[in-house]
Amino acid sequence: MLAVEDVSVRFGPRWVLQGVELVVRSNEVVGLLGPSGSGKSTLLRVIAGLLPPDAGRVRWDGEDVTQLPTHRRRFGLVFQDHQLFPHRDVGANVGFGLAVAGRPKAEVRARVAELLELVGLKGFEHRAVGSLSGGEAQRVALARALAPRPRLLLLDEPLGALDRELHDRLAVELRALLKQVGIAGVHVTHDRGEAEMVADRVLTMDDLHARARPSSGNGRFPESGGSGTTSP
Amino acid sequence: MRLAPAVRIALAVVPLTFLACFFGWPVVAIIARGLSVDAVREVLTDPGLRSVAWFTLWQAAASTLLTVAAGLLPAYVLARFRFPGRAIVLALVTVPFVLPTVVVGAAFLALLPPSLDQTVAAILAAHVYFNLAVVIRTVGTLWAQLDPRLEEAARTLGASPLQVMWRVTLPLLRPAIVAAASITFLFTFTSFGVIRILGGPRHVTLEVEIWRLTTQAFQLPTAAALAFLQLLAVTGLMVWWSGAQQRQAVALRLRPRGTAAVPRTSGQRFLVGATVAALVAVVAVPLSRLVVGSFTQGDGYGFAAWRALAADSGDGPANRPVADPLDAVITSLRFAAIATVLAVVIGGAAACAIAYSRRGAHLLDAGLMLPLGTSAVTVGFGLLITMDRRPLDLRGSWVLIPIAHAVVAVPFVVRAVLPNLRSIDPRLRDAAATLGAAPGRVWREIDLPFLRRALVAGAGFAFAISLGEFGATSFLTRVGDQTMPIAIGRLLGRPSALNLSQAYALATVLMVLTLAAVLAVDRLRGESSTF
Repeated sequence: MLAVEDVSVRFGPRWVLQGVELVVRSNEVVGLLGPSGSGKSTLLRVIAGLLPPDAGRVRWDGEDVTQLPTHRRRFGLVFQDHQLFPHRDVGANVGFGLAVAGRPKAEVRARVAELLELVGLKGFEHRAVGSLSGGEAQRVALARALAPRPRLLLLDEPLGALDRELHDRLAVELRALLKQVGIAGVHVTHDRGEAEMVADRVLTMDDLHARARPSSGNGRFPESGGSGTTSP
Repeated sequence: MRLAPAVRIALAVVPLTFLACFFGWPVVAIIARGLSVDAVREVLTDPGLRSVAWFTLWQAAASTLLTVAAGLLPAYVLARFRFPGRAIVLALVTVPFVLPTVVVGAAFLALLPPSLDQTVAAILAAHVYFNLAVVIRTVGTLWAQLDPRLEEAARTLGASPLQVMWRVTLPLLRPAIVAAASITFLFTFTSFGVIRILGGPRHVTLEVEIWRLTTQAFQLPTAAALAFLQLLAVTGLMVWWSGAQQRQAVALRLRPRGTAAVPRTSGQRFLVGATVAALVAVVAVPLSRLVVGSFTQGDGYGFAAWRALAADSGDGPANRPVADPLDAVITSLRFAAIATVLAVVIGGAAACAIAYSRRGAHLLDAGLMLPLGTSAVTVGFGLLITMDRRPLDLRGSWVLIPIAHAVVAVPFVVRAVLPNLRSIDPRLRDAAATLGAAPGRVWREIDLPFLRRALVAGAGFAFAISLGEFGATSFLTRVGDQTMPIAIGRLLGRPSALNLSQAYALATVLMVLTLAAVLAVDRLRGESSTF
């Protein structure tokens, strides 16, 4: 179970997150909605350990992982623009997490084949990353994140750059895949339809802030001085 | 731009003739003489020369490895973090690279304790100092554009920071690292000034040996064979390098706006602070030791060396002066002025010819870049062995020195001018023409204003290059025509206390003049040094 407790992040004078609370139960996928600039990606980076919060804690099953470096958290992250390693082929991308964990080559090969089959890209091991279409690259990114068996999957606008038809088809597939793997997930998007297709429960960024400060009438950015300008 | 064919041909013929006479012919002469079977056999079998070749190779390899190792961390810090004074640090890092090699050599002589004098360690340290900017700037430019989320992706997949560096970052940086290493290897393989000053008689590279054989031992055939082998090695390296660049092309999605961020954690702030402090110290300490050295007088400090600059002085054998420092300053400035005019006229014409012609432009461009990859010693030696017969009997004439400087400087002028000319929107010229301007008028109104700034920048480069040129000048200098680097070299070659302080004083003057020229260029170009 993931618990984000009272997390705040500040960039210079601007509070991007302030007192954010979020709980994700095992095997539950939470959809997180918000316009761009609302701090969704920042929250994912805090959960993944890529960004140290200015205040607050991240817990997994009760254990405080706030100080745990990213590579020991076993939280997978799928980026909006895939971030596939351009100098490695599809197989080496998917097998990366297992290779750095020092798993034997035969095991890595088997797991890569298994995951590529899972995302519908059987036999793609030796394809160059640059030759993939947008949808294929997204599936490879998903397979890569799942390969090391993370305990939580973070999805940052995973279907953002795709055209409508492919987007809808992949959203359904993604939902089925997450349920098949049986993994907890946080799915960030600005598209309510996508969130409802993929997630078990949909929250907005305002929900996360409001929950922390139910009585706060001053708005979320006390130091920016523009309390009346942010409408929910 | 449409030019009359006669103008276009003239623009191309002038630089081609100049380079054919003063670069092409000398190089061909070296090859012709070096191809002699006996000379090559002698070079390949002589154990002394073989050890020179071996030393040249391994000191260049060691210098390159050390420079790359030392440059990666500063490249990372300057590429990935935004902090106050970053642009200044970046400019400061570049200072050693634009300084003449004799100034760097003299600074390390002043810095290092006598126990390190004439050691390999001193040579390697000076080479790292000189070339650090190549690694920091080349690798930093790519690093700044590398998407940090690739590294983040690796970390979320369970890779430790070390694994991320080894498996993701370094492989992606490889093209820049190979490029920086190749340039550093080329510079240190053909190193002359640093070795002459810091190497002493025991550490001799091919360049220094060619010079010694020519000017001290008068063994021209052996020198030609060595120069020929050196030319082969350098050409081979360049060919391999351009091939490697093409093979390595990985389609990276770069972020041209850069990825620098403000340091967030205390660890990052410490890293940035420590790196910047170390960089500033590394750049500044040798140069300040040079200045301090010029004021050293016996056990204390004084102005004796500076006062002696004006006098006809320097303690040589039989009380003959080894150098006339003030005269050297004047000679250097005179030669630099002539070389600058030559380089600007020839380089400017060449850039126009390349920019305005469609056919052959590529070939002309490549041909003009050749002197860039050739060592200065090759240029000087080639001129020495060719300019001794009609119609170009310039032996013993001082004009060969500014001509050699111009040969070295022309590629830099072309590189400064060409991008500006190419950046002119052709529709501007069309607009001027539709408003009734004749072709000559169009050129004056549209091209010339662009050209003027670039030519002044190119002139600054040419001036700085000529002031510090040491390799070619060493072959061509005559009594009474000492430039500053030559005078510094002579003074350091006969180290009495006063000679040493005088050399440091003269090197300080050379450093200030060079930096003034480079700074003026930077001002004119108006672009601050950001990645």
